[in-house]
Amino acid sequence: MGDLLAMMFNTTVFAAALRMATPLIFAALGGIISERSGVVNIALEGMMLTGSFTAMFVTHLTGLPWVGALGAMAAGALMGLLHALFCVRYRSNQVVTGTAINIFAGGLTVFLLRHFFGSAGTSPQVTVIKDITIPVLSQIPWVDKVLGRQNPLVYLAFVAVAVVHVVIYKTPWGLRLRAVGEHPQAADTVGVNVYRMRYTAVAISGALAALGGTYLSIAHLSRFSEGMTAGRGFIALAAVIFGKWTPLGALGACLFFGYGDALQMRLSDVGIPTQFLNMLPYVMTMVALAGFIGKAVGPKASGQPYIKG
Amino acid sequence: MGKVLEMRAITKQFPRVLANDKVDFDLESGEIHALVGENGSGKSTLMSILFGLYQKDSGEIIIRGEPVEIKEPRHAIDLKIGMVFQHFMLVEPLTVAENIVLGAEIRKGPFLDYKKMVQEVERISTEYGLKIDPEAKIADLSVGLLQRVEILKALYRGAEILILDEPTAVLTPQEVDDLFEVLLALKAKGTSIVFITHKIKEVLAISDRVTVLRRGRKIGTKPTSETNEQDLAEMMVGRVVLLQVKKEPAKPGPEVLRLENVSVKDKFGRLRVNNVSLSVRSGEVLGIAGVEGNGQSELVEAIAGLKRVSSGKVYLSGKDITNWSPRRNRAAGMGFVPEDRHRRGLVLDYSVADNLVLGIHGDQPFVNRYGFRQQDEITRHAEGLIEFYDIRPGAPAQAAKHLSGGNQQKIVVAREISQNPELLICSQPTRGVDVGAIESIHQRVIAQRDQGSAVLLVSAELDEILSLSDRVAVMYNGEIVSVMPIEEATEHKLGFLMLGGHPEEYQKSGVSGSVDQA
Amino acid sequence: MWTKLKSLPWYEVLLPLVAVVLALLIGSGFILYVGENPLEAYRILFTESLGSMRNIATTLQRATPLMFTGLAVAFAFRVGLFNIGAEGQLYMGAFAAVWVGITFDLPRFIHLPLAILAAMVGGALWASIAGYLKAKLGVHEVINSIMLNFIALFLTDWLVTGPFHGGSWVPETVRIKPSATLTRIYLPTRLTTAIYLAVAVAAVVYVILWRTKRGYELRAVGLNPEAAEYAGISVSRNLLIGMAISGALAGLAGAEQILGLHNRFIVRFSSDLGFMGVAVALLGKNHPVGVLLAAVLFGALQSGSAALDRLTSVPRELITIIQGLIIFFVAAEYLIRRLLRLKEDA
Repeated sequence: MGDLLAMMFNTTVFAAALRMATPLIFAALGGIISERSGVVNIALEGMMLTGSFTAMFVTHLTGLPWVGALGAMAAGALMGLLHALFCVRYRSNQVVTGTAINIFAGGLTVFLLRHFFGSAGTSPQVTVIKDITIPVLSQIPWVDKVLGRQNPLVYLAFVAVAVVHVVIYKTPWGLRLRAVGEHPQAADTVGVNVYRMRYTAVAISGALAALGGTYLSIAHLSRFSEGMTAGRGFIALAAVIFGKWTPLGALGACLFFGYGDALQMRLSDVGIPTQFLNMLPYVMTMVALAGFIGKAVGPKASGQPYIKG
Repeated sequence: MGKVLEMRAITKQFPRVLANDKVDFDLESGEIHALVGENGSGKSTLMSILFGLYQKDSGEIIIRGEPVEIKEPRHAIDLKIGMVFQHFMLVEPLTVAENIVLGAEIRKGPFLDYKKMVQEVERISTEYGLKIDPEAKIADLSVGLLQRVEILKALYRGAEILILDEPTAVLTPQEVDDLFEVLLALKAKGTSIVFITHKIKEVLAISDRVTVLRRGRKIGTKPTSETNEQDLAEMMVGRVVLLQVKKEPAKPGPEVLRLENVSVKDKFGRLRVNNVSLSVRSGEVLGIAGVEGNGQSELVEAIAGLKRVSSGKVYLSGKDITNWSPRRNRAAGMGFVPEDRHRRGLVLDYSVADNLVLGIHGDQPFVNRYGFRQQDEITRHAEGLIEFYDIRPGAPAQAAKHLSGGNQQKIVVAREISQNPELLICSQPTRGVDVGAIESIHQRVIAQRDQGSAVLLVSAELDEILSLSDRVAVMYNGEIVSVMPIEEATEHKLGFLMLGGHPEEYQKSGVSGSVDQA
Repeated sequence: MWTKLKSLPWYEVLLPLVAVVLALLIGSGFILYVGENPLEAYRILFTESLGSMRNIATTLQRATPLMFTGLAVAFAFRVGLFNIGAEGQLYMGAFAAVWVGITFDLPRFIHLPLAILAAMVGGALWASIAGYLKAKLGVHEVINSIMLNFIALFLTDWLVTGPFHGGSWVPETVRIKPSATLTRIYLPTRLTTAIYLAVAVAAVVYVILWRTKRGYELRAVGLNPEAAEYAGISVSRNLLIGMAISGALAGLAGAEQILGLHNRFIVRFSSDLGFMGVAVALLGKNHPVGVLLAAVLFGALQSGSAALDRLTSVPRELITIIQGLIIFFVAAEYLIRRLLRLKEDA
């Protein structure tokens, strides 16, 4: 029992938890922005995957991983615009279009992978975004082992949470975003362009999710492999709901899910099947939705196309 | 003075109706101009065009002497036009101040200046005497206050022309008085107001001029002082208002429906129906008059088993049917024409024939004992009712959504009466229905009374109450405040009671002036 | 104009056809991009999937599970439910089938039906979790179904690698008894009698929805729950029933995969069959006949895809891309109506 506790509260596990949480955090922030604008985004998975591939591909071409990250965000934003085009303009069912994006992105990434790199299921190795040491943090005992030396994207994820929080709650754009997702007609009648808000929000959502994917292919690992997101987009979606559509709530959920992920390998050594830890985010989200721990209620207009006039 | 707004020959064609047919409308500076007409006469469409929600097909809009094109609400806002909608355009999780500034936020650098927003809202609310807490959440406000927020939204944007779409429909009488005070104050400050309504008394109480629309056309504009109730009613409806239904005096039989101290709560636990006791006998029509939203809907839905009776008893022919399911109620002899045919009464995508068995779809002979539907019987049933009720077009397989409102309503009425119920509940049976269908529906209801059914009628139209009922009950604030035989019911008296007047006071005050004003 | 057109049956067929054509057109852009001739690639796809009896049999074999998942999703749609959880229901159904197939020793005429029935029950129960939460607590079924997909995935993962592991290095169970397998009907292809079952089930679905009192109630709940309630139809009960039937249908896809194709449970064997069910249902306009046809189309695309790799330089994932595109376009009726210059009534 003491061993188990020591294992659970261990700096190595915490550091790993942060790394596992990073892609989730970016994608969940994306999910929040999209859903807050009234567009359900179950396409986070496909957008992440697009990001993973593009980051690898651009890095492969340029040798510059940060350019790869920017390229990935651009590609993610394009996927977002595609999602928005159908959801906003053509009034498609958002869940169906999300499913389409996931399948499309899954096909497209492997199509391109095989076209450019032959039939193998993985890409060649590329340069990665290297870990950095933060001088101040690395001076503090205990903290240095968790936060002292991490990938820049890990730190960036926390910055992104703060930025998204401020944008949503403290800026005019954020106010409009919240209004558009709750009562688009109300926003429209005071001159807010609902369609433009939604296009922008879903594009940003795609860019953020893609940045999460970037972490997987050019930071955590150094290559792209087929379907490498492995359901993380859906875990991020779970974090959005579990965090009640708020950046801070989602951060907490992602950290918790990441922690579970980090604990997995160790617990399986003690005979606890990893699958049960894998299930945890999904079970917890269902429990949250059912209202057993304070009901999770999303933006009211989420999922509904807005038709003017 | 002078004209701030002129709309000339505005025409708007919707796929099925010509909503506005060369309508002219103008607004003087600092006047309250009532725009009246029955439901579907095109008043809201006209003003939605002015506010940029719809695009006109042809015609001209001139604001302060300048011809303008208003393609979006933003353009209208820029022209200092504000609109208060019937369904409030407020975002629930946001605060009052956030709602008011939305789209025209006060900034400090890239951020919202929340403190200044609150101050600004406070400033306007004091200036116009519209008291409100800027930091309250919308979800916590009463309807009257929500409307206040809407008006403030328009004023914050500097509206000089204010359009109010049926603003009193959702208000309590006290709130209506408050609103009128606000409007008069705004007028005194020079705001020009368009007041959309279909209530004649409000027109007379508040407006300077009145324009009447009927079926998309303008019938006329008059100074309010030169018109009266009867005159306006005729302009609105196009003929003498009181619909005469041919009927013999009632021959009431034994009691069919009995309500004992029935109370109903809404989902928030608020009391909507308070301790109501009533009785309806076979062969009579009991009409429940009342301003909408005073608990009538909840009362009939509770009787029909669609809402829970929280205390009290409902008896049907002596049997306790309190909180029975709709299915059991139907089997026990209850027919129910719900107030909203699209929401409750019909499955619009189903065929006319399938809608004509809705609720009795599981009865013989429409299904056999193995649960299979008997198409021939269903069609035969439909053909019979289509012919008897003159439902058009008369194809049983046609989807109900392709029929006009009147014909859709006939489906509901036909279905409910065809079961020859002991108790027939009719809630707003002729809402949004053309005149021809109204007459036919009224006749069927009376015929059913004469067959020996007990009829419970709820209607917001006093005319309908007065022409169909044998006895009239008045409902106010969840309570039945008075029940009287039809002979004692006058429009004047019912109006007084519906607005919360005390029955004894009515006797004392006689013809009190306050009624006409409210 | 539109109203009249809509009531014509050909219009119901036109929208999906346009969606498929658009997807193939955009797909040809990808083929051109890798330097091949689209017509040639599509010709290969066609002949390899439908050009011979043997190819047709393979296509039908690929179509069979999609028929079941398509019917599952379509059935739920008719009740107003979006069952995006067919994937998870399929896994649970498959596991129930494999359990019966391994555990019991029975004559074929009992064993096989029992395994199929178990799959239906497994799928139905799994779907009922989302159905119950929807009916009783009002939680939207989409998110719960997605979550249940993953839970089913990991649950079967554990069962198959743990308590039911076959013993080899492969994460799979032992084989089921021969008495529980479906019969192959066109050797050497793996087409089985499940195809007959699929057609029969489609017919049953049609009869239930349009010829029974239950179907009338289920559809009424899907179209207008408040009117259904008014008519004495229990909304929550019908939501539960609708979700359970949908889950049972998805479970049949699991049965087909286990009893017909794999004869054992290999972890994560389903290649998005449940999600493809959404596409199949939409493409088939949620009508049983449409679903069967749409499943055949998807089956053809999949069975022809291997030939793309073999005979061209077009990666076979082109097919996945085209399937994704088809979903985009079937969901975008509004776009297609506009392309066809058909006006919508208000």
